[in-house]
Amino acid sequence: MQTTDATVADRSNRHSAETVAKTAGKTAQETTDRQRWLAILAKASREELEALVPDWLEELTWRYLRPPEVGMVMLRGRTGGDGAPFNLGETSVTRCALHLDHDGRQLIGHGYVLGRDKRHAQLVALLDALLQHPGETDRLASRVVAPLAAMQETLRKRQASKANATKVNFFTLVRGDS
Amino acid sequence: MLESETEGREMTATSIEATTLRPGFADPVQHAQQSFRLILEAMSRPGSLTELTCPLEPPQPFGPATAAAALTLFDSDTRVWLDPAAHSEEAAAFLRFHCGCPLTDTPDEADFAVCLDWPEDFGNFAQGEPEYPDRSTTLIVQVDSLDKVDSLNGEDGLVLSGPGIAEQERLRVSPLPADFTARWALNRAGFPLGVDLILTADRTFCGLPRSLTVQEA
Repeated sequence: MQTTDATVADRSNRHSAETVAKTAGKTAQETTDRQRWLAILAKASREELEALVPDWLEELTWRYLRPPEVGMVMLRGRTGGDGAPFNLGETSVTRCALHLDHDGRQLIGHGYVLGRDKRHAQLVALLDALLQHPGETDRLASRVVAPLAAMQETLRKRQASKANATKVNFFTLVRGDS
Repeated sequence: MLESETEGREMTATSIEATTLRPGFADPVQHAQQSFRLILEAMSRPGSLTELTCPLEPPQPFGPATAAAALTLFDSDTRVWLDPAAHSEEAAAFLRFHCGCPLTDTPDEADFAVCLDWPEDFGNFAQGEPEYPDRSTTLIVQVDSLDKVDSLNGEDGLVLSGPGIAEQERLRVSPLPADFTARWALNRAGFPLGVDLILTADRTFCGLPRSLTVQEA
Protein backbone atom coordinates (compact mmCIF):
# COMPACT_ATOMS: atom_id res chain seq x y z
CA MET A 1 0.00 0.00 0.00
CA GLN A 2 1.63 3.18 -1.13
CA THR A 3 -1.28 5.50 -0.53
CA THR A 4 -4.71 4.88 0.85
CA ASP A 5 -7.60 7.23 0.84
CA ALA A 6 -9.53 7.61 4.03
CA THR A 7 -12.59 5.67 2.94
CA VAL A 8 -10.57 2.63 1.97
CA ALA A 9 -8.56 2.79 5.17
CA ASP A 10 -11.70 3.28 7.22
CA ARG A 11 -13.41 0.37 5.61
CA SER A 12 -10.51 -1.99 6.04
CA ASN A 13 -10.06 -0.80 9.62
CA ARG A 14 -13.63 -1.56 10.36
CA HIS A 15 -13.37 -4.90 8.60
CA SER A 16 -10.33 -5.96 10.56
CA ALA A 17 -11.70 -4.66 13.85
CA GLU A 18 -14.92 -6.58 13.27
CA THR A 19 -13.11 -9.70 12.21
CA VAL A 20 -10.88 -9.53 15.24
CA ALA A 21 -13.73 -8.80 17.64
CA LYS A 22 -15.65 -11.74 16.27
CA THR A 23 -12.75 -14.12 16.03
CA ALA A 24 -12.55 -15.00 19.69
CA GLY A 25 -16.20 -14.37 20.57
CA LYS A 26 -15.34 -11.33 22.64
CA THR A 27 -17.65 -9.64 25.08
CA ALA A 28 -18.49 -5.95 24.85
CA GLN A 29 -16.34 -5.25 27.90
CA GLU A 30 -13.31 -6.95 26.35
CA THR A 31 -13.80 -4.89 23.20
CA THR A 32 -14.00 -1.65 25.20
CA ASP A 33 -10.87 -2.56 27.16
CA ARG A 34 -9.06 -3.30 23.96
CA GLN A 35 -10.13 -0.04 22.34
CA ARG A 36 -8.83 1.78 25.42
CA TRP A 37 -5.40 0.20 25.44
CA LEU A 38 -5.04 0.50 21.67
CA ALA A 39 -5.81 4.23 21.92
CA ILE A 40 -3.21 4.66 24.65
CA LEU A 41 -0.59 2.58 22.83
CA ALA A 42 -1.20 4.42 19.56
CA LYS A 43 -0.63 7.77 21.25
CA ALA A 44 2.55 6.67 23.02
CA SER A 45 5.84 7.41 21.28
CA ARG A 46 8.13 4.61 20.27
CA GLU A 47 10.71 5.67 22.88
CA GLU A 48 8.12 5.51 25.65
CA LEU A 49 7.08 2.04 24.52
CA GLU A 50 10.64 0.74 24.22
CA ALA A 51 11.38 1.95 27.75
CA LEU A 52 8.37 0.15 29.23
CA VAL A 53 8.12 -3.16 27.36
CA PRO A 54 9.60 -6.18 29.12
CA ASP A 55 12.77 -7.73 27.67
CA TRP A 56 11.13 -11.11 27.07
CA LEU A 57 8.97 -9.53 24.36
CA GLU A 58 11.83 -10.17 21.94
CA GLU A 59 11.75 -13.92 22.61
CA LEU A 60 8.09 -14.45 21.69
CA THR A 61 7.06 -16.53 18.68
CA TRP A 62 5.07 -14.48 16.25
CA ARG A 63 4.75 -13.79 12.54
CA TYR A 64 3.35 -11.00 10.45
CA LEU A 65 -0.11 -11.36 8.96
CA ARG A 66 0.43 -7.98 7.34
CA PRO A 67 3.99 -6.64 7.43
CA PRO A 68 4.26 -2.99 8.52
CA GLU A 69 3.18 -0.73 5.67
CA VAL A 70 2.97 3.03 5.36
CA GLY A 71 -0.11 4.73 3.97
CA MET A 72 -2.02 7.97 4.11
CA VAL A 73 -5.22 8.83 5.93
CA MET A 74 -7.26 12.00 5.77
CA LEU A 75 -7.47 13.90 9.02
CA ARG A 76 -10.82 15.51 9.65
CA GLY A 77 -11.54 18.31 12.04
CA ARG A 78 -14.50 20.36 13.20
CA THR A 79 -14.32 24.11 13.53
CA GLY A 80 -14.63 25.04 17.17
CA GLY A 81 -14.87 21.37 18.07
CA ASP A 82 -18.53 21.01 17.06
CA GLY A 83 -18.86 22.81 13.72
CA ALA A 84 -19.06 21.39 10.23
CA PRO A 85 -16.42 18.72 9.54
CA PHE A 86 -13.64 19.64 7.15
CA ASN A 87 -10.60 17.85 5.74
CA LEU A 88 -7.53 19.12 7.52
CA GLY A 89 -4.99 17.28 5.41
CA GLU A 90 -3.42 13.90 4.96
CA THR A 91 -1.01 12.27 7.34
CA SER A 92 1.17 9.21 7.11
CA VAL A 93 0.13 6.20 9.12
CA THR A 94 1.90 2.89 9.61
CA ARG A 95 -0.06 -0.25 10.29
CA CYS A 96 0.72 -3.88 10.81
CA ALA A 97 -0.96 -7.06 12.00
CA LEU A 98 0.68 -10.08 13.50
CA HIS A 99 -0.14 -13.50 14.80
CA LEU A 100 1.24 -14.44 18.20
CA ASP A 101 1.53 -17.96 19.55
CA HIS A 102 1.88 -17.51 23.29
CA ASP A 103 1.30 -19.91 26.15
CA GLY A 104 -1.15 -22.11 24.25
CA ARG A 105 -3.13 -19.24 22.76
CA GLN A 106 -3.35 -17.94 19.22
CA LEU A 107 -3.72 -14.18 19.24
CA ILE A 108 -3.94 -11.49 16.58
CA GLY A 109 -2.57 -8.03 17.32
CA HIS A 110 -3.04 -4.83 15.35
CA GLY A 111 -0.87 -1.72 15.41
CA TYR A 112 -1.83 1.61 13.85
CA VAL A 113 0.45 4.57 14.58
CA LEU A 114 1.00 8.04 13.17
CA GLY A 115 4.21 8.46 11.21
CA ARG A 116 6.39 6.03 9.32
CA ASP A 117 8.09 4.13 12.10
CA LYS A 118 7.57 0.43 11.34
CA ARG A 119 9.10 -0.73 14.62
CA HIS A 120 6.59 1.50 16.42
CA ALA A 121 3.63 -0.20 14.70
CA GLN A 122 5.15 -3.61 15.35
CA LEU A 123 5.53 -2.88 19.08
CA VAL A 124 1.91 -1.75 19.36
CA ALA A 125 0.69 -4.86 17.50
CA LEU A 126 2.76 -7.16 19.67
CA LEU A 127 1.53 -5.52 22.88
CA ASP A 128 -2.06 -5.64 21.57
CA ALA A 129 -1.78 -9.38 20.93
CA LEU A 130 -0.19 -10.01 24.31
CA LEU A 131 -2.70 -7.88 26.20
CA GLN A 132 -5.49 -10.15 24.92
CA HIS A 133 -3.92 -13.12 26.67
CA PRO A 134 -5.85 -13.68 29.91
CA GLY A 135 -2.64 -14.49 31.79
CA GLU A 136 -0.89 -11.31 30.68
CA THR A 137 -3.62 -8.68 30.62
CA ASP A 138 -3.35 -7.46 34.23
CA ARG A 139 0.43 -7.73 34.45
CA LEU A 140 1.03 -5.82 31.22
CA ALA A 141 -1.78 -3.34 31.81
CA SER A 142 -0.23 -2.23 35.09
CA ARG A 143 3.31 -2.32 33.76
CA VAL A 144 2.87 -0.67 30.36
CA VAL A 145 -0.62 0.74 29.79
CA ALA A 146 -1.20 2.39 33.18
CA PRO A 147 2.05 4.44 33.22
CA LEU A 148 1.40 5.56 29.62
CA ALA A 149 -2.18 6.52 30.46
CA ALA A 150 -0.97 8.54 33.46
CA MET A 151 1.68 10.26 31.35
CA GLN A 152 -0.82 11.15 28.64
CA GLU A 153 -3.32 12.41 31.20
CA THR A 154 -0.69 14.66 32.84
CA LEU A 155 0.28 16.04 29.45
CA ARG A 156 -3.34 16.66 28.54
CA LYS A 157 -3.97 18.50 31.80
CA ARG A 158 -0.84 20.60 31.41
CA GLN A 159 -1.84 21.61 27.89
CA ALA A 160 -5.39 22.31 28.97
CA SER A 161 -4.23 24.55 31.85
CA LYS A 162 -1.79 26.36 29.56
CA ALA A 163 -4.54 26.99 27.05
CA ASN A 164 -6.91 27.98 29.79
CA ALA A 165 -4.44 30.62 31.07
CA THR A 166 -4.63 32.42 27.74
CA LYS A 167 -8.41 32.46 27.69
CA VAL A 168 -9.79 35.96 27.41
CA ASN A 169 -13.10 36.84 29.01
CA PHE A 170 -14.74 39.77 27.37
CA PHE A 171 -16.98 41.91 29.47
CA THR A 172 -18.28 45.43 29.26
CA LEU A 173 -17.71 47.95 32.01
CA VAL A 174 -20.67 49.95 33.12
CA ARG A 175 -20.64 53.08 31.05
CA GLY A 176 -22.50 56.27 30.97
CA ASP A 177 -22.85 59.06 33.49
CA SER A 178 -26.26 59.21 34.81
CA MET B 1 -25.17 -0.77 -0.89
CA LEU B 2 -22.20 -3.08 -1.09
CA GLU B 3 -21.96 -3.22 2.67
CA SER B 4 -25.48 -4.60 3.09
CA GLU B 5 -24.91 -7.21 0.41
CA THR B 6 -21.95 -8.61 2.23
CA GLU B 7 -23.50 -8.59 5.66
CA GLY B 8 -25.12 -11.99 5.32
CA ARG B 9 -21.79 -13.59 4.58
CA GLU B 10 -20.04 -11.79 7.41
CA MET B 11 -22.53 -13.08 9.92
CA THR B 12 -21.74 -16.65 8.95
CA ALA B 13 -18.05 -16.11 9.57
CA THR B 14 -18.34 -15.36 13.27
CA SER B 15 -16.60 -18.38 14.65
CA ILE B 16 -13.35 -18.08 12.72
CA GLU B 17 -10.39 -18.70 14.99
CA ALA B 18 -7.17 -16.75 15.08
CA THR B 19 -5.34 -19.92 14.11
CA THR B 20 -6.91 -19.95 10.67
CA LEU B 21 -6.06 -16.45 9.43
CA ARG B 22 -3.14 -16.95 7.06
CA PRO B 23 -0.55 -14.28 6.33
CA GLY B 24 -0.63 -12.47 2.99
CA PHE B 25 2.39 -11.77 0.78
CA ALA B 26 5.57 -11.40 2.83
CA ASP B 27 6.59 -8.48 0.61
CA PRO B 28 3.25 -7.10 -0.61
CA VAL B 29 4.53 -4.66 -3.25
CA GLN B 30 7.13 -6.93 -4.91
CA HIS B 31 5.13 -10.13 -4.71
CA ALA B 32 1.89 -8.55 -5.94
CA GLN B 33 3.76 -7.06 -8.91
CA GLN B 34 5.44 -10.38 -9.69
CA SER B 35 2.11 -12.21 -9.52
CA PHE B 36 0.43 -9.58 -11.68
CA ARG B 37 3.13 -10.08 -14.29
CA LEU B 38 2.65 -13.86 -14.19
CA ILE B 39 -1.12 -13.54 -14.65
CA LEU B 40 -0.66 -10.97 -17.43
CA GLU B 41 1.80 -13.29 -19.18
CA ALA B 42 -0.60 -16.24 -18.84
CA MET B 43 -3.51 -14.19 -20.22
CA SER B 44 -1.57 -12.75 -23.15
CA ARG B 45 -0.11 -16.09 -24.23
CA PRO B 46 -2.99 -18.49 -23.69
CA GLY B 47 -1.89 -22.07 -23.28
CA SER B 48 1.47 -21.14 -21.80
CA LEU B 49 1.87 -21.86 -18.10
CA THR B 50 3.50 -19.53 -15.57
CA GLU B 51 4.67 -20.53 -12.13
CA LEU B 52 4.26 -18.54 -8.92
CA THR B 53 7.70 -17.69 -7.59
CA CYS B 54 7.08 -16.21 -4.13
CA PRO B 55 6.31 -18.26 -1.03
CA LEU B 56 2.68 -18.14 0.03
CA GLU B 57 0.65 -20.10 2.54
CA PRO B 58 -2.90 -20.20 1.13
CA PRO B 59 -6.12 -20.45 3.16
CA GLN B 60 -8.06 -23.72 2.80
CA PRO B 61 -9.27 -24.70 0.21
CA PHE B 62 -7.32 -22.30 -2.03
CA GLY B 63 -4.09 -23.31 -3.72
CA PRO B 64 -1.09 -20.97 -3.70
CA ALA B 65 -1.78 -19.61 -7.21
CA THR B 66 -5.46 -18.96 -6.41
CA ALA B 67 -4.52 -17.10 -3.22
CA ALA B 68 -1.86 -15.10 -5.07
CA ALA B 69 -4.37 -14.12 -7.77
CA ALA B 70 -6.79 -13.01 -5.04
CA LEU B 71 -4.16 -10.91 -3.26
CA THR B 72 -3.07 -9.39 -6.57
CA LEU B 73 -6.41 -8.64 -8.20
CA PHE B 74 -9.02 -8.18 -5.46
CA ASP B 75 -9.51 -4.97 -3.53
CA SER B 76 -12.31 -2.96 -1.96
CA ASP B 77 -13.66 -2.01 -5.40
CA THR B 78 -14.11 -5.55 -6.71
CA ARG B 79 -17.06 -7.73 -5.80
CA VAL B 80 -16.11 -11.35 -5.42
CA TRP B 81 -18.25 -14.45 -5.65
CA LEU B 82 -17.05 -17.74 -4.19
CA ASP B 83 -18.58 -21.00 -5.37
CA PRO B 84 -19.84 -23.32 -2.60
CA ALA B 85 -16.66 -25.40 -2.70
CA ALA B 86 -14.46 -22.31 -2.38
CA HIS B 87 -16.53 -20.61 0.30
CA SER B 88 -14.84 -21.69 3.50
CA GLU B 89 -14.72 -19.46 6.55
CA GLU B 90 -10.96 -19.48 6.34
CA ALA B 91 -10.99 -18.27 2.72
CA ALA B 92 -13.65 -15.63 3.45
CA ALA B 93 -11.66 -14.32 6.43
CA PHE B 94 -8.49 -14.24 4.31
CA LEU B 95 -10.19 -12.23 1.57
CA ARG B 96 -11.84 -9.83 4.02
CA PHE B 97 -8.64 -9.18 5.92
CA HIS B 98 -6.08 -8.99 3.12
CA CYS B 99 -8.12 -7.80 0.13
CA GLY B 100 -10.96 -5.96 1.89
CA CYS B 101 -13.20 -7.06 -0.98
CA PRO B 102 -16.98 -7.34 -0.63
CA LEU B 103 -18.27 -10.88 -1.13
CA THR B 104 -21.45 -11.18 -3.14
CA ASP B 105 -24.09 -13.91 -3.37
CA THR B 106 -25.00 -13.18 -6.98
CA PRO B 107 -22.49 -14.35 -9.60
CA ASP B 108 -23.75 -11.94 -12.28
CA GLU B 109 -22.82 -8.97 -10.08
CA ALA B 110 -19.32 -10.21 -9.36
CA ASP B 111 -16.17 -8.72 -10.87
CA PHE B 112 -14.29 -11.87 -9.93
CA ALA B 113 -15.38 -15.38 -9.10
CA VAL B 114 -13.35 -18.13 -7.48
CA CYS B 115 -14.51 -21.60 -8.51
CA LEU B 116 -13.24 -24.92 -7.24
CA ASP B 117 -15.83 -26.78 -9.28
CA TRP B 118 -16.44 -26.05 -12.95
CA PRO B 119 -19.48 -23.78 -13.25
CA GLU B 120 -22.40 -25.33 -15.14
CA ASP B 121 -22.97 -22.28 -17.28
CA PHE B 122 -20.64 -19.37 -17.93
CA GLY B 123 -23.76 -17.36 -18.79
CA ASN B 124 -24.62 -17.12 -15.08
CA PHE B 125 -21.80 -14.63 -14.65
CA ALA B 126 -21.65 -11.01 -15.74
CA GLN B 127 -21.09 -10.94 -19.51
CA GLY B 128 -20.18 -7.27 -19.82
CA GLU B 129 -22.03 -4.69 -21.86
CA PRO B 130 -21.58 -4.05 -25.59
CA GLU B 131 -20.05 -0.63 -24.78
CA TYR B 132 -17.98 -2.05 -21.89
CA PRO B 133 -17.17 -5.73 -22.47
CA ASP B 134 -14.60 -5.46 -19.68
CA ARG B 135 -17.40 -5.28 -17.12
CA SER B 136 -17.66 -9.05 -17.17
CA THR B 137 -16.75 -11.50 -14.44
CA THR B 138 -13.25 -12.92 -14.49
CA LEU B 139 -13.35 -16.49 -13.25
CA ILE B 140 -10.48 -17.99 -11.32
CA VAL B 141 -10.98 -21.71 -11.69
CA GLN B 142 -8.82 -23.95 -9.55
CA VAL B 143 -8.20 -27.41 -10.99
CA ASP B 144 -6.05 -30.34 -9.89
CA SER B 145 -3.54 -30.25 -12.71
CA LEU B 146 -2.57 -28.23 -15.75
CA ASP B 147 -0.12 -29.62 -18.29
CA LYS B 148 1.12 -28.36 -21.56
CA VAL B 149 1.16 -31.01 -24.25
CA ASP B 150 4.18 -30.46 -26.46
CA SER B 151 3.37 -32.88 -29.24
CA LEU B 152 0.73 -31.58 -31.61
CA ASN B 153 -0.13 -35.10 -32.66
CA GLY B 154 -1.35 -36.30 -29.27
CA GLU B 155 -4.75 -37.85 -28.77
CA ASP B 156 -5.89 -35.91 -25.77
CA GLY B 157 -6.12 -32.41 -24.35
CA LEU B 158 -7.61 -29.19 -25.61
CA VAL B 159 -6.43 -27.49 -28.76
CA LEU B 160 -6.29 -23.74 -28.32
CA SER B 161 -6.00 -21.17 -31.06
CA GLY B 162 -6.57 -17.47 -31.33
CA PRO B 163 -4.88 -14.18 -30.44
CA GLY B 164 -1.62 -14.68 -28.55
CA ILE B 165 -0.99 -18.12 -30.05
CA ALA B 166 1.17 -18.49 -33.18
CA GLU B 167 -0.52 -21.63 -34.52
CA GLN B 168 -2.01 -23.71 -31.79
CA GLU B 169 -1.31 -24.78 -28.23
CA ARG B 170 -2.27 -27.96 -26.45
CA LEU B 171 -3.37 -28.08 -22.87
CA ARG B 172 -4.36 -30.92 -20.58
CA VAL B 173 -6.70 -29.82 -17.79
CA SER B 174 -7.86 -32.15 -15.04
CA PRO B 175 -10.63 -32.28 -14.02
CA LEU B 176 -12.51 -30.99 -17.06
CA PRO B 177 -16.23 -31.37 -17.79
CA ALA B 178 -16.97 -33.62 -20.76
CA ASP B 179 -18.88 -30.87 -22.55
CA PHE B 180 -16.32 -28.14 -21.90
CA THR B 181 -15.84 -27.25 -25.57
CA ALA B 182 -19.60 -26.83 -26.00
CA ARG B 183 -19.78 -24.58 -22.91
CA TRP B 184 -16.84 -22.59 -24.20
CA ALA B 185 -18.41 -22.22 -27.64
CA LEU B 186 -21.47 -20.69 -25.94
CA ASN B 187 -19.23 -18.26 -24.09
CA ARG B 188 -17.49 -17.47 -27.37
CA ALA B 189 -20.78 -16.96 -29.23
CA GLY B 190 -21.56 -13.63 -27.63
CA PHE B 191 -18.15 -12.09 -28.36
CA PRO B 192 -17.09 -9.41 -27.44
CA LEU B 193 -19.24 -10.29 -24.42
CA GLY B 194 -18.35 -13.31 -22.30
CA VAL B 195 -16.16 -14.29 -19.39
CA ASP B 196 -12.40 -14.77 -19.15
CA LEU B 197 -10.89 -17.63 -17.19
CA ILE B 198 -7.73 -17.82 -15.17
CA LEU B 199 -6.99 -21.47 -14.48
CA THR B 200 -4.85 -22.29 -11.47
CA ALA B 201 -3.39 -25.55 -10.25
CA ASP B 202 -1.12 -25.52 -7.20
CA ARG B 203 1.42 -22.81 -8.16
CA THR B 204 0.58 -22.66 -11.90
CA PHE B 205 -1.44 -20.06 -13.82
CA CYS B 206 -2.98 -20.48 -17.26
CA GLY B 207 -5.15 -17.90 -19.01
CA LEU B 208 -8.17 -18.66 -21.18
CA PRO B 209 -9.43 -15.31 -22.50
CA ARG B 210 -12.79 -15.17 -24.27
CA SER B 211 -11.08 -14.53 -27.63
CA LEU B 212 -9.82 -18.11 -27.69
CA THR B 213 -11.13 -20.94 -29.81
CA VAL B 214 -11.04 -24.27 -28.00
CA GLN B 215 -11.43 -27.65 -29.64
CA GLU B 216 -10.98 -31.18 -28.52
CA ALA B 217 -7.98 -33.03 -29.84
